Amino acid sequence: MIELERVGYRIGQKWLVRDIDLHIGAGQFWVFVGPNGAGKSTLLRLISGELQPTTGRIRFFGEAVGEYPPQELARKRAYLRQQREVNFPFRTLEIVLLGRYPHLNGAKETSADLAIARESMKQVEANIFAERLYSTLSGGEASRVDLARILAQEPRLFLLDEPTNHLDPRHQVQMLRLCQSIAQSGKTVIAALHDLNLASMYAEQVLMLRDGNSVAVGTPTLIFTPQQLEAVYDLPFEVMPHPSGRRVVVPLCSDSTPSTDGKNAIN
Amino acid sequence: MQNRANLLFILGSLLPISLCVAAGVGAYQILPWHIPRVLLFHKDGFEVLIYVRFPRVILSAIVGAVLAISGATLQGIFRNPLADPGLIGVTAGAGLGAALWIVLIGGGFLGIWGVPVAAFTGGMFVTVGVWKIAQMQGRVLTVTLLLAGIALNSFAGAGIGLMTFLADEEQLRSLTFWLLGGFGGATWWMVAITLPMAIIGAIVLFRLARALNVMSLGESEAYHLGVSTESLKRWAVFGVALTVGAAVSAAGGIGFVGLVVPHLIRLMGGADHRYVLPGSALGGAILLVLADLFARTIAVPAELPVGVVTALLGGPFFLWLLMRFKKEAIYD
Repeated sequence: MIELERVGYRIGQKWLVRDIDLHIGAGQFWVFVGPNGAGKSTLLRLISGELQPTTGRIRFFGEAVGEYPPQELARKRAYLRQQREVNFPFRTLEIVLLGRYPHLNGAKETSADLAIARESMKQVEANIFAERLYSTLSGGEASRVDLARILAQEPRLFLLDEPTNHLDPRHQVQMLRLCQSIAQSGKTVIAALHDLNLASMYAEQVLMLRDGNSVAVGTPTLIFTPQQLEAVYDLPFEVMPHPSGRRVVVPLCSDSTPSTDGKNAIN
Repeated sequence: MQNRANLLFILGSLLPISLCVAAGVGAYQILPWHIPRVLLFHKDGFEVLIYVRFPRVILSAIVGAVLAISGATLQGIFRNPLADPGLIGVTAGAGLGAALWIVLIGGGFLGIWGVPVAAFTGGMFVTVGVWKIAQMQGRVLTVTLLLAGIALNSFAGAGIGLMTFLADEEQLRSLTFWLLGGFGGATWWMVAITLPMAIIGAIVLFRLARALNVMSLGESEAYHLGVSTESLKRWAVFGVALTVGAAVSAAGGIGFVGLVVPHLIRLMGGADHRYVLPGSALGGAILLVLADLFARTIAVPAELPVGVVTALLGGPFFLWLLMRFKKEAIYD
């Protein structure tokens, strides 16, 4: 479905992404991990067609991404990022309906489009604020509305840049389950995540990046090893089993003081 | 949705009413409901209506409409509710063109057309300059467009200042009057030239409404949803430059209509540009017709420049908006 061939992207003299080879098939759920500035977002934006690679090729359904007209591309792939600022008083439902834009060809939204938008909102439990002003939603609520917008877009490929930011644990888990079920329905999901445990528990395949280079590719069980993690994050990690059979990873901080009570701050 | 259709219907009915009221009021009073009779049977006041009042109220409606549509469009493009139609340099450029003509060339060979033609040329010239400066490798960055607009605005402002300095008393008077804006010289000829440009520009801008909605999410999001953002910006700047250029050339610099009207429309019925653009057109037309009525009747026999009236009304409203933005919870 998506093939990256020696893809590199440079701004001035700095390579943000270098020599990435990747083949991602339909129905897969990939997670990109790596420290800040590793090139996760840049790689997602390259795959989305927003950025043109300096070197190499990105093919999408066998054709170069740059060859697609914007509207056709928008019917095939959606991109979600955590940066929003809507300065006008749009209702939440109106925002979700914007996801139908690539399918409308300038026509008015039909009741079918409205039904798709409402169904998408239901999937992420955002239907309860359909009539609220988007600008008044909390960060987590707005994130779910944005996700509903992407779902309403009905793409074949979902590109999600840190989709779990602002979400509480329940909605984080819900988000990743949703990613899994999207992949099971034959579509493809690529998410950039900072939370290694979520990546470990839900990802099918992981691409680990550092300084724009691919340092490891494989299943989370295979590549989330203490050695590999320390090499990428410059921080010692402990890898432990999780009841699900997958693993959790915890940074080992030598300077943290032993805890005297069980107080845990959630969120 | 129904609510918005109703709002547009109400505004659409208020416009002819305000046109008739404004056409009837003045040194020679004609009651609005007598207007059809006067027109049909050539009663007393026919000449006043046909040659003086109607060109004036219609021109002010056109100018109000295009300023408000343009303001709404640029606010959408810049995703900034405080954007104004002058932002891309067309108003300041027109002012500079007019100032150069009045001070350096004078009456000249074009007669009464000299100032409007110079203003329109100046407006186009500066807008193209802003566009060219903002262009980098075939792309126009919105931020650069904004900054280039600000830079050339202040440059044109300096030019106007210089011309003001060089002007003699007579020139200074006509320059000041032009810069403040007014419809005192409205003729059918002006309507005939302004109206087609306004219609073409309005059609261009109305067609962008849906893409402007998507643009509210951000330029990158708009691209990911299939909007050709470069072409959107190009058409928006073209439409705004054409209509505002024509408006300013006919009536001088009239502030605040383009800034304030789209906000009023959004406050009433929300932010969908498919409603905001036509709503602003109607609202801007009504507002400017009434502002002009006020300007020419408040200090009879003298006339206030209509730009002063709109600024007087717009200034406090703008401050009120700012207060709301300070509270951050916008529109709620």
